Amino acid sequence: MKTAVIVFPASNCDRDAFTTLKNHVDKNTQYVWHRDTALPKVDLVMLPGGFSYGDYLRSGAMAAHSPIMQEVKKHAAAGGLVLGVCNGFQVLTEAGLLPGVLMRNAKLKFLCKEVFLKVGNTSTRFTKEYKKGQVINVPIAHHDGNYFADADTLKRLQDNGQIAFQYCDENGNITAESNPNGSQMNIAGIVNEKGNVLGMMPHPERHAEKLVGGTDGAAMFRGLAA
Amino acid sequence: MKAKIHVTLKNGVLDPQGRAIAGALGSMGFDNVNDVRQGKYIEVDIK
Repeated sequence: MKTAVIVFPASNCDRDAFTTLKNHVDKNTQYVWHRDTALPKVDLVMLPGGFSYGDYLRSGAMAAHSPIMQEVKKHAAAGGLVLGVCNGFQVLTEAGLLPGVLMRNAKLKFLCKEVFLKVGNTSTRFTKEYKKGQVINVPIAHHDGNYFADADTLKRLQDNGQIAFQYCDENGNITAESNPNGSQMNIAGIVNEKGNVLGMMPHPERHAEKLVGGTDGAAMFRGLAA
Repeated sequence: MKAKIHVTLKNGVLDPQGRAIAGALGSMGFDNVNDVRQGKYIEVDIK
């Protein structure tokens, strides 16, 4: 599988994304600058975390109109894989590739900690190495991760099995206490209808090596490589 | 009574956020934008 990491001004997880892709998926992964107007021939595009354009206007709003995003949209429409993590998820919602928006965290604080996630959909390329209902441990680091969508959209996400990850406690119970940021239905990550675009606030790429404290994120990248 | 308050940087102060938005508008094809000022809007409901 060939992969690329998009770099926006003030992306700061691009190197984490690059390293994890390189170690688990594609040793020749490459960076693509946001001003580029063509994507190299790749199967997976990763939008990394960070504060693209300093979060000016709204998180992800400016990056969604970067020249390269036109190409990412075409790539997604043609069935190519797109993985947006953290700021990448915000960019995907702003670009209209995923429904809903990410508002400021309910308690208005930046959150940087490890959370538990329940895997909801295991039929996508991203989640197929997980078991349905499996509880995984990955870090979050965000200020605007409070997922909001209207009732119709939430129902559609649920009916289509588009909810990939939900915040839960360590036993897999989806509770108000285990919801760090006020997201509706404890949503931490969703896929589009076709299942080729995944956006999630937590960072699987940061828990892909023992050295950095956890490996539960590695299965996502193993699944992509397989 | 509702008070509507607009807060922006003082005139003459560099507004990098406004400038970045103007740049993005330009790349979206709006070539007639002179300047953008970005600020806050607050609604206060007063008894």
